[in-house]
Amino acid sequence: MNGMSRIVKKVTQLLVSIIFMYGVYIVTHGHLTPGGGFAGGAIIVGAFALIILAYGSDALKLHKEEAGSSASESLSILMVLILAVIGFFVGGMVFFNNYLPTGVVGELISAGTVPLYNIFIGMEVAAALLTIFIALVIFKEESK
Amino acid sequence: MELLLSIILGFMIIGAIFALHARDLLSALVAFGIVGYSLVICFLLLKAPDLAIVQIVVETVTLVIMVAVILNSTREEVKDKLRWQSALTIVLALLFIGGLVYFYQVAIAPLDELGMHTTRMAEAYIEGAAEKTGSANLVTGVLFDFRGYDTLGEATILFTAAIGVLTVLRLKGKKAA
Repeated sequence: MNGMSRIVKKVTQLLVSIIFMYGVYIVTHGHLTPGGGFAGGAIIVGAFALIILAYGSDALKLHKEEAGSSASESLSILMVLILAVIGFFVGGMVFFNNYLPTGVVGELISAGTVPLYNIFIGMEVAAALLTIFIALVIFKEESK
Repeated sequence: MELLLSIILGFMIIGAIFALHARDLLSALVAFGIVGYSLVICFLLLKAPDLAIVQIVVETVTLVIMVAVILNSTREEVKDKLRWQSALTIVLALLFIGGLVYFYQVAIAPLDELGMHTTRMAEAYIEGAAEKTGSANLVTGVLFDFRGYDTLGEATILFTAAIGVLTVLRLKGKKAA
């Protein structure tokens, strides 16, 4: 896939880090402000898709990236399951038990396991959508 | 409020109908965008910022991907000729729409006014949820604490979708077969 013009590349350079940081903020503050894992993960995918669309990429590099995103997707959903199973064994035999201390309502590090679930679900959503996007790009590149 | 929502819903219906009948697929996609972004405004009016954020981001990403797909494939829609069966189909569809609207009216008649009712389960969630889960955002508290199973299901759906796309779009396995 070819890159776009110089203007698009420069604007992408300026914007992409801000978009990425906003996604991370939405994920990590999911238990305090609107948003959460799903919304933040989708914003992070927006940053990655912007880079791929603006700069273009050859199929060889994309294959490596696809392998990485596919692996991180599988690992993050496995981590969600492991967290849930730990909750099952730590207290009360309840799946998805909130076993960590909840702390003070409104602080960044509070709410027990909720921020951890948020982070891993955000990783899962970002990696899954990125895998789908890269798979479509690779399919177009290789079927020429 | 309900008037505003009705106007936006009317826009959405017009956009959806235009998206079905547009000759150019790119303009159909733009009309489809009207539906998605009007839904964002509806969510904001109904005081659901969490849903609005998710909807606006997912709408933008899918729109970008679909524009890329359309620019790389064909822009012309394959045309069907109007035949005599289509008249029968339209009549049947209108009958079904009438029936659905009637039963919908019957079903929502005993409910309270829009946005005013709370069910027993919702009251149990709302009361003291911040103390129980420690999460200031009630939606996240419900998603990841009370309803952890639902969130796991949603994440599994995404996982399955990615696996499915990888399976369908691989080229090496197909060539060997």
